[in-house]
Amino acid sequence: MEAILKLHNLNKSYASFPALKNVTLELKPGRIMGILGPNGSGKTTLIKIVAGLLRPSGGEVLVCGMAPGVQTKALVSYLPDVNHLPNWLTIHGIIQYFNTFYEDFDPDLAFALLERLGIDQRRKVTALSKGTREKLQLSLALARKARLYLMDELLEGIDPIARTVAIDTILENYNPEGSLLISTHLITDVEKLLDEVVFLKEGEIILSGNTEDLRVEKKRSIEGIYKEIFS
Amino acid sequence: MIEVFDENIPIYIQIMDLIKKKMISKELLPGEKLPSVRDMSKQLEVNPNTVQRAYLEMEREMLVYTKRGQGTFIVEEPQVVLKLRQEMVLDRVANFVREMEAFGFSHDELLNFIERYLSK
Repeated sequence: MEAILKLHNLNKSYASFPALKNVTLELKPGRIMGILGPNGSGKTTLIKIVAGLLRPSGGEVLVCGMAPGVQTKALVSYLPDVNHLPNWLTIHGIIQYFNTFYEDFDPDLAFALLERLGIDQRRKVTALSKGTREKLQLSLALARKARLYLMDELLEGIDPIARTVAIDTILENYNPEGSLLISTHLITDVEKLLDEVVFLKEGEIILSGNTEDLRVEKKRSIEGIYKEIFS
Repeated sequence: MIEVFDENIPIYIQIMDLIKKKMISKELLPGEKLPSVRDMSKQLEVNPNTVQRAYLEMEREMLVYTKRGQGTFIVEEPQVVLKLRQEMVLDRVANFVREMEAFGFSHDELLNFIERYLSK
């Protein structure tokens, strides 16, 4: 089966500021990859390019063999780090909105996830706290049967118990034909979930590989490796 | 099931150790079916590919076998469990002896201590 995502020498500059330099990676179906790095290292830029929200300055981006565009957006479920939902709707309304927009959206699953995360669907989006809004966005992202899930700054606004529920939810909805690309600072919570990791420093990949192989090679956890690289 | 894994060492190896321990303690019996990769990954809160790797390694060590479409099972042969028990004890003994040797204890002293403990 072909790779879900292929990046080859991806470059992105904002004016003269190089946000991404020669990023090359491949994500196969059924794999969960983590993009790790400090603030400003280019994680969000990378994810936005794959989501089709930003254009690369150079290099190649292929999502299921296609350049990002209308067709890939139908295959990609994007969970952004900031709120992107229409504020005037209730949660119930948002679910209907998504259902209209996306063919692969499963409203029953969305409602089930919301219930699991303890969110009342009658509430208005404006009334939600930051953490609750993130849980909502996560539910919406997972309720799509996408080939690629992009999760920017996953779990960061959510309390520890909800984080565990969120991770369980991700595992429960795991589909061997789909893949996840996750950026996060919460390495301890997430590292057991990751097949592969990419360490991004100032826009460049300085280390990448299979998480278990890296544990053997470096004789430490992914968090330990992170601390070593970025301290 | 709440398992705490040490993220400094490969998780698939820890999963294997967990299953081996259950075989030794008879919590898992010869011929018994292991949870599906998916169920196991949810229970342990780890990536399903990691569980898959553990199952594959155990198959390579001839402790489990996979029946396509049905799942992964502990092998029927009881000698396998006996061998695991032996390996576990020998492993602990080796660690104990090495650790005590580093403190300067002689083998005679160690045997003495063991006898004292066992005769209580």
